[in-house]
Amino acid sequence: MSEIINLTIDNVPVSVKEGTTILEAAKKINVRIPTLCYHQDLCVAGNCRVCVVEQKGADRLLPSCAMPVSEGMEILTNSLKARNARKHMIELLVSEHRADCTRCYKNGNCELQELSSEYIIGEDGFIDLIPYKEYTIDHYSPSIIKDDSKCIRCQRCVRTCNELQKIGALAVAYKGKDMKISTFFEKPMFEVVCTNCGQCINRCPTGALTEKTYIDRVWAEINHEDKHVVVQTAPAVRVALGEALGMEPGEIVTGKLVAALRRLGFDSVLDTDFTADLTIIEEGNELLQRLKKALVDKDPDVRLPLTTSCSPGWVKFIEHAFPEYLDNVSTAKSPQQMFGALAKTFYAKKIKVAPENIVSISIMPCTAKKYEADRPEMRSSGYKDVDYVLTTRELALMIRQAGIDFASLPDDDYDSIMGESSGAGVIFGATGGVMEAALRTAYEIVTGREVPFKNLNITPVRGMEGVREATIKIEDPLPEWKFLDGVELKCCVAHGLANAKKVMDAVKAGTVGYHFIEIMACPGGCLGGGGQPIPTNEEIREKRTAAIYREDENKPIRKSHENPEVIRLYKEFLKEPLGEISHKLLHTHYRARNRY
Amino acid sequence: MANKKLKRLDLVFKDEKDTESVLKKTFSRSNADVINDLISSGLKGRGGAGFPTGLKWKLTADAKGDEKYVICNADEGEPGTFKDREILSKVPHKVLAGMAICGRVTGAKKGFIYLRGEYRFLLPGLNEEIEKFHKLLEKLDCRFRVEVFTGSGAYICGEESALFESMEGKRGEPRNKPPFPTTSGYRGKPTVINNVETLAHTYSIFKYGPEKFQDLGVQDSRGSKVFSVSGDTPNPGIYELEFGMTLQKFVDDFGDGDTKAVQVGGASGFCVPRKKFGKTIIGYQGRLQGESLPTGGSMMIFNSSRSMYNVLHNYLDFFVEESCGQCTPCRVGTQQLLLGIEAVKKGERSSSYLDKLLELAETMRVTAKCGLGQSVANSFASIVENFKEEMIY
Ligand SMILES: Cc1cc2nc3c(=O)[nH]c(=O)nc-3n(C[C@H](O)[C@H](O)[C@H](O)COP(=O)(O)O)c2cc1C
Ligand code: SF4
Ligand code: SF4
Ligand code: SF4
Ligand code: SF4
Ligand code: FES
Repeated sequence: MSEIINLTIDNVPVSVKEGTTILEAAKKINVRIPTLCYHQDLCVAGNCRVCVVEQKGADRLLPSCAMPVSEGMEILTNSLKARNARKHMIELLVSEHRADCTRCYKNGNCELQELSSEYIIGEDGFIDLIPYKEYTIDHYSPSIIKDDSKCIRCQRCVRTCNELQKIGALAVAYKGKDMKISTFFEKPMFEVVCTNCGQCINRCPTGALTEKTYIDRVWAEINHEDKHVVVQTAPAVRVALGEALGMEPGEIVTGKLVAALRRLGFDSVLDTDFTADLTIIEEGNELLQRLKKALVDKDPDVRLPLTTSCSPGWVKFIEHAFPEYLDNVSTAKSPQQMFGALAKTFYAKKIKVAPENIVSISIMPCTAKKYEADRPEMRSSGYKDVDYVLTTRELALMIRQAGIDFASLPDDDYDSIMGESSGAGVIFGATGGVMEAALRTAYEIVTGREVPFKNLNITPVRGMEGVREATIKIEDPLPEWKFLDGVELKCCVAHGLANAKKVMDAVKAGTVGYHFIEIMACPGGCLGGGGQPIPTNEEIREKRTAAIYREDENKPIRKSHENPEVIRLYKEFLKEPLGEISHKLLHTHYRARNRY
Repeated sequence: MANKKLKRLDLVFKDEKDTESVLKKTFSRSNADVINDLISSGLKGRGGAGFPTGLKWKLTADAKGDEKYVICNADEGEPGTFKDREILSKVPHKVLAGMAICGRVTGAKKGFIYLRGEYRFLLPGLNEEIEKFHKLLEKLDCRFRVEVFTGSGAYICGEESALFESMEGKRGEPRNKPPFPTTSGYRGKPTVINNVETLAHTYSIFKYGPEKFQDLGVQDSRGSKVFSVSGDTPNPGIYELEFGMTLQKFVDDFGDGDTKAVQVGGASGFCVPRKKFGKTIIGYQGRLQGESLPTGGSMMIFNSSRSMYNVLHNYLDFFVEESCGQCTPCRVGTQQLLLGIEAVKKGERSSSYLDKLLELAETMRVTAKCGLGQSVANSFASIVENFKEEMIY
């Protein structure tokens, strides 16, 4: 069906498939057309009109992002008519915008700012509309700040929340001059179904949606003499931080990350990957226990499938949307919160610092983690287990503020204990990673043998497909797991909440017989998290993914249960998986929330 | 002047009770013949954009799709316009017959009347009429059915793609085009959307044949047209007139003797000053370069007591509120035009700022996503250019 269409763009001939837009065709010949409402991850809106181009012989200009090519078209992307119109669009957007860039969080990283400097929007523009407008700045959420006065109404956030996440927390309200992006009944973000995933932030071209930053508080803690500041770094940070500091997507910067944190003045530089390994031990045992209860004890109350719990956006989503399935969610805390609970108990004792003098900071690819750390359930050490959460972006900012030349930093190693991790802990950062890590361990517990995949790479659970399924047959298990002989373990992996919803709808409809489901709220998993460097798109996420799997393969230890520090932790402190201390520190519970 | 009166026509409103024979006659012919009649009649859409109706039906008939729809646009949101309301309350069977024939030739089984929210009072009568009509269709072994959908009240929902969105339960925002309704309309299916008056005209064409329709009007503007006359006139109301008269003739008939300007086509139309009355012909080629003029048929007369600044201010107020707010040129542009003429009037900006605003209006015309934003420039430029003094002093 797809025919080849021939056209010229800026007098350069180009041939593309039928249905290609002018914008895509232009990209093919390296002609950049400015855009604002367009985003590769989203459906086309065509509302900013910044991308207009001239078609020879046509009266009206064409929105290149929305207009498919046609045979013989002669497109001029930079004719005077197109330029003038484009400049008008930028001037208009700026006139409706509280453009105080020097005070703005997105200063230097803003698509509107970039375009207005490119087109030199002078002083004698249109009338400033901001004094005529009412706007609100919502900073009640622990994760997100929404500032209407910085919004250009491109609806990227609305499309993100509706299409990628199927949450619908953001919608267009009112019309005409009052049109704006709003929440249900204009409530603050923290009172509605918003999961704090931050995907909208990642796609907002301006400073209208940003993370709530805690940089200054962290600086203050670092410089507080009596405080011992402990920092943990999530798996996905190390494959993305470089992007925010001038490096190419897909570079692994683990060693530099550790070095930079030490330079910034953190007292202990530790790794969330360590507690990722720990999560696998607890959650893996939980899965096996549930399977035993279901298959041997025939306990009617046991809930399967078990779902993962490490993505706080997913957890809040299920609390809102499928509260009847809360008992299916693993009670194991996320690695961040396991770390926090241990930092002020086990670790504090180890380094002989009073827990009230420990400040626990985490560096996360995620904005929902800020909210997770604030949950009232997350105080099992007797203190706030994680005091402050910074995103990858915030850390990059701190590194720049400190004048550190990141690229030239020598590699450094994590402190011990709680700094060691296996490759299984690293791949938590990619969709499918928790599943793979869990299978590497659970299979071995049950059979005494390694998972039957070449190089331990369980490729069926990897990839970018929204929902993936895999079945692993358990054969010839150890005597105590005899009941699992011949059982086909049915696994499912989903990323992005739209896909999570699909899976849960299927579970609810009873059309699938999964035992274990991994769900990550963000596209690509944590490496595509709402706190990661901007921009994001499929290509960038794939490069980060490749980096994560490289990091895994480079690790001498690939399985969580072989992490020597984890083994030591059980021996010295926790005693056994799912034991009494684990229950107190490492497990949690959930609560039903309303559906809007 | 011998007779200042323009001839009143009675093609649309004549209450003919022969729906059955018209349907029978038309159903017995081939689809291609029916469409060809419509094409040769020269009928163009009366909803404003003036798209040839026969071609629209043909494109939809040719479009692939197992499901197709016929939609009668009765959103009539243009202030001061109520011709569609009159047609629906006086001769609804003509509109229904037009829809059924359209369904027959395009392959659509289902029709909707998108009724403006404020016209809800028409519902009981209309539903009764539809019930009668369904019985007739059953008798003729035709499976086409019509349903009324009551609109939400926003002006923009009269724009065809926003209308589909609204019918689909979404926010009434115009879509990108292409794809056009003929291939992807309501629920993404091939759809004919026609104005109430357009459909009523098709009835006459199928009854009397295309020649009779052809005989009326001039060149590209054939047939009669229903006008809503308002403003400074002793005779406001609905009039069916022949296409192709000059504005001078119209003013001689309807003006109060002191007419300074006429706004042709409502807020999105053009303002014609007295000196151009003689040269302006009412019909498609009379509309300067106009296209996409929502709800054609509004004729608003202004006498010399009117401030054209106030007239323009009112129009801009309307657009500032009624824009869906989706696209930059329209949402922000309308606010800038409004505040801009205020600033010039108050002396906060020099009169040369009007030139910047005219350039902006032109940009809006060539960049806005739908007819609303595209046509703001019509009234803006025609009023500012013809009544510049009134804008400044
Ligand atoms: C802002 C706007 C409002 C419109 N409102 C109406 C309306 O109320 N009724 C109508 O028939 N067409 C309206 N139109 C035109 C429709 O989009 C469409 O062109 C028309 O219904 C097609 O029917 P026709 O071909 O019979 O004219 C409007 C267009 C725009 C841009
Ligand atoms: S959002 Fe962008 S343009 Fe607006 S103030 Fe911030 S940096 Fe400047
Ligand atoms: S943070 Fe996530 S859930 Fe909340 S509004 Fe943004 S995209 Fe929607
Ligand atoms: S909040 Fe950001 S993404 Fe959403 S419409 Fe405004 S500018 Fe666009
Ligand atoms: S031109 Fe106006 S009404 Fe039309 S889509 Fe744009 S903002 Fe909405
Ligand atoms: S990028 Fe094309 S209209 Fe916004």
